[in-house]
This record gives sequence, structure tokens and C-alpha cells, in this order.
Amino acid sequence: MAGLTLRNIAKSYGATQVIESIDLDVEDGEFVVFVGPSGCGKSTLLRMIAGLEEISGGELSIGDRVVNEVAPAKRGVAMVFQTYALYPHMTVYKNMGFGLKQAKTPPDEIDAKVRAAAEILDITPLLERTPRALSGGQRQRVAIGRAIVREPDVFLFDEPLSNLDAALRVQTRIEIARLHERLGTTMIYVTHDQVEAMTLADKIVVLRGGNIEQVGTPMDLYHNPRNMFVAGFIGSPKMNFFGQGDLTPGGAALLPDDGHVLGLRPEHLRPMEAGSALVEAVPDLIENLGEYALVHCRTASGVAFIAKTTDMVGFEKGKPVPLGADPERRALFDKASGLRILSA
Amino acid sequence: MAAVAQHSKFSKIAWPVLAWVVALIFFFPIFWMVLTSFKTDADAVKPENLIVFQPTLENYLNMTENYDYWRFAINSVITSVFATIFTLVVGVPAAYAMAFNPSRHTKDVLMWMLSTKMLPAAAVLYPMTFLTKNFLGIFDTHFLIILVLSLINLPIVIWMLFTYFKEIPKEIIEAGQMDGVSTWGEIKDILIPLAWGGVASTALLCFIFCWNEAYWTVRLTTTDAATLSKLIEGNRAPEGLFFGRLSAVSTAAVGPIIVLGWFCQKQLVQGLTFGAVK
Repeated sequence: MAGLTLRNIAKSYGATQVIESIDLDVEDGEFVVFVGPSGCGKSTLLRMIAGLEEISGGELSIGDRVVNEVAPAKRGVAMVFQTYALYPHMTVYKNMGFGLKQAKTPPDEIDAKVRAAAEILDITPLLERTPRALSGGQRQRVAIGRAIVREPDVFLFDEPLSNLDAALRVQTRIEIARLHERLGTTMIYVTHDQVEAMTLADKIVVLRGGNIEQVGTPMDLYHNPRNMFVAGFIGSPKMNFFGQGDLTPGGAALLPDDGHVLGLRPEHLRPMEAGSALVEAVPDLIENLGEYALVHCRTASGVAFIAKTTDMVGFEKGKPVPLGADPERRALFDKASGLRILSA
Repeated sequence: MAAVAQHSKFSKIAWPVLAWVVALIFFFPIFWMVLTSFKTDADAVKPENLIVFQPTLENYLNMTENYDYWRFAINSVITSVFATIFTLVVGVPAAYAMAFNPSRHTKDVLMWMLSTKMLPAAAVLYPMTFLTKNFLGIFDTHFLIILVLSLINLPIVIWMLFTYFKEIPKEIIEAGQMDGVSTWGEIKDILIPLAWGGVASTALLCFIFCWNEAYWTVRLTTTDAATLSKLIEGNRAPEGLFFGRLSAVSTAAVGPIIVLGWFCQKQLVQGLTFGAVK
């Protein structure tokens, strides 16, 4: 069991800098999710923690030990790969015990640990099969099992659910959450899916272009995004942004000038009286999912956005509707820097 | 429609016929050699006895007496086996390194290795003969032949292994690193079991190339390390009239490798099409 400390961590391939300088503290037992669009450096960062990528600069500590130059297996970390990366020529049992065997663990101890992990993951009947004879979900469990038996201080997950189908993804996500609950071990999880990030994380790290955009709890990021990028990335459907020209006179008055943007989340938009509305728009497509509906709207200025409603009251396709949001639900951003302005 | 049907009927007959004709043309010298090996030396040169003759086993029975067949055969086995082993011992780690830890020069290195195959062997014949004979004193030794066979096969072996290893997902190797396996363990416990078909067919092909090699084995040996290639080549001129005997010894020289190839056919085809039909 251990936390992690990243100090000025940098990564470059020749002259190309992919990660500039990252500082991050991960508490012992915390579930941390790295999230961001593809190419943001989240996987590279994880692979540097794993020891699969060299660290170009800075200092990485696991527990209170600097591990920059320590071999992957000696860092006390275990990794679950996106493609499972099971050894195709070994049985599930051997796959799970391989790491322990390398560490010269006595066979009876390996047996006990493999069986205990198989019990946790409900894969005992599969132990004598080879990966070829397993479904995607079963393979992913074996990959997780292989990590568990090594009793690591830190679990690393590299987009572990992206090769699974939708139903299995939800199920496995819950199992990973339960596993964290049960083991209490530090976990670092990389994903591009903000739903996985929101549901699993104690702490989310939003990355873009090799830099950290914001670190915080899921609710913190949802309610207090530091900038337009985080605001747009966290939440589904994403936050709508409006310039002065897209708003009603009342809405435009909220923005000091044209260099600012108003952010309103779809779930906070609701029909209002014309006088207090912020934006007026025509619904051109309604996706009704029963539990809620997504109303795709377009303002007179041509901006397309989405409103999310549970009762459909006030929305009608083709009919202009004035929309607004409560004052505490509005977010104001500086257009040039993208930064959020706290006092609107 | 009729034209299409007619066309396909034509090609149904024409293509197999053509294939058979081509196959027979290729096969004829071997057929002729095997046939001649059962003739007496007198029959062998008579055109009227091309097909019809009194078969005899005499050439085979006297083979060890006429030619020291076994000594040459043993030399062929020794040099081919050890050259194949040596080539793999060097080639597997080299291909492993290039497949899983490529640098920006990897492609160039591969091209450079292949380019050594483009050098005409005759160009270095004199220096090779002179240096090994007068300078290093290793002319006509097993060591020299093993070394030469290894070196001329190394580029093709590394290329083949590289291609097979490339097929293995890098993550499996990385999973091995996470599990704490050593570099040697990675090769032994993960890489070779996974690329077994490829490694086996590469080894087999390398062995066949070594066995068949004639240019250097003929020129860099006299007696001690002379292989079957040398036996056939060396007896060509002085015993030109003994076609029966020569055919028998030639058949005995190519026999083992044809039998080996026959038995490993499936493995060989599987290995060579590994990437294509994945």
C-alpha cells in the first residue's frame, strides 16, 4: 500500500515534448482517474509510472521511494492492459501465476494466491482454460486477476473497458469499483470516457496536450470547472457555450463584453418567461429516451446546443422557446484564455 | 454468357495441363538423376536406354566404396546443424531487439543486412580463399564452413524472424516486463513459444540453405570439411563417364533434405504464410 508523488515529470521523444511538467500527489488507497482526449498524454503518463516508458525529467516516487530507474516489476505496481495482453500459450492459472513464478515464490504459495484471486473474480472454473477459449469479459477478469495475485501497492489500468461491449462495460466498471472497495489499494485508471471517470474516481485528473488542466473530485470538476475545456469535457451531453450575440438582451447583459462566454449545462436549461430568459432557440430535433429527452436547438445566430429535460413541458419541435438557468448554474469564461471567471 | 462458360471450360482444362507441363519440366532433371542412379554406367550414356533398362542397385551398394559418402554426409550434417544453431542464437536476439525496441535506424539496419546478400560472392572469392588459407589458417575446417554458412544466412534469418516477431502484440512482452521476467526469460518463455511456427520454419529453411550451399563449401574446402556439395562437384569432371555412380551419390546427397522438407511441409507452409492468413 502506498501513495504516489510526481514532481516535474516530463517526457519527450527526441525534440517532441509530449508531457511538459506534471506535478501530482496520489494518496494511499485513492482511486485516481486520468482522463482526456486521445493524444493528451494520459497513457504515456501511466506507462511512465509502470516503468514501460523512460522518464525524461522530474522525479517519480511510489511510497517514499524514488523509482525513476527501478525496473517495472520492482516498483510494486501491476498493470491491466487495454488488450488484456494475456499470454496466449498459457492457461489462466499459469497466466496469473507467471509473475509470482518469476519472483521465485514457492509453488504452494502461488497456488493459494491464484486460487484466492480467482475466487474474488469468480473465474475458478476457468483456471485450466487458455485465453483463446475465453470471452472478452472473462479475459479482462483474468488480466485483473493477474494483477491482483502480485499484491501490488498500486494498480494501473490502461483503458481496461474499451474493448468490451456496452453492457459488459457497465458491469465490469461496477466490479472494478467493488474491487477497489474491497482491496483498498491505490488505483490509477486511464480512460477517455468521462462516465467511467465520474463513476469510479475519488480524484479526476483532466489532461490536455501533456498538461494537467484540473485535478479534483468528480463533483468538484462538474460544479467548478476551472476552464472551458474541463467544463466541456466533464458532463454529458457537454456544456453549451454562448457568446454575446447568441443571447437574449437579458442574457447578453451578464457578459461584460464580447470577449466572454456564458456556459450553461444542458440539464440546467429550462423554459422560462421571455423576460428572464437568457437564450431563445428553436428545437429542431428531439431525442426522447423515456427517462429524459435531449432537445437539439438552434439560436437565431446559428449556434446549435442541447437542452436536457425530464418532462418535455414547454418544448415543441419548430416552436421558438425562451430558455434560462438559475444564477448559481451559470458559468462565465474568458474567451481568449478559456479560464472561468468566478465573479460574474 | 456462353462465352464465359466456354472460357471457364477452357481454363478448367488448360491451366492444369500447363501446370503439369511446367512441373514436369522442373522435375525432369531430378527424375532423370534418380532414374540414372539405377542404371549401370554403360547404360547411363546410351540414349536408347533412357526409360527402358535393367535396373540395378549396384551404384548404391558400392557408394561408400566408390566415394567416401558417409564422411561427406557427416560433414554436411555437422556444418548445417551447427550453422543453423549459431544463426538462430545470433538471429533470435537480434530480431527480438529490432522488433520490440526499434530505433529510428532499425529499418536502415535491416536494409543494410539484406544488402550484403546483393554483393556478388565471386567478388570476395580471392580474398576469402587467400585470407583463410594463408593468413588465418582455417581453410578447410568445420569452423570456417559453419561460420560462412551462418554469415550468409544470417540476414535472411533475421528478416524472417523479425517479421514473425512483429506479429506478436507488444503488450504481451510488456506484460512480461511487468511480471518481472528477464530478457532471456522473455525470449524463452514468451517470444519463442508464441512465434514457434515462425522460428521452426526459419530454422528449417536455414538448414536447407546450408545443406544446399555449394559456392563456398566447394571453394573453401578440400577434404577435411568437404560436404556433399563438394563430393558431387569434385567428381563431376574426372568421373564424368560414370553417370550411374554419380547419379546415385547425387540422389543420396539431395535425398535427406527432400525427405526432411517433405515431412516438415505443413510446418513450412504454415510458417511462411503466418502473416498473410492471420
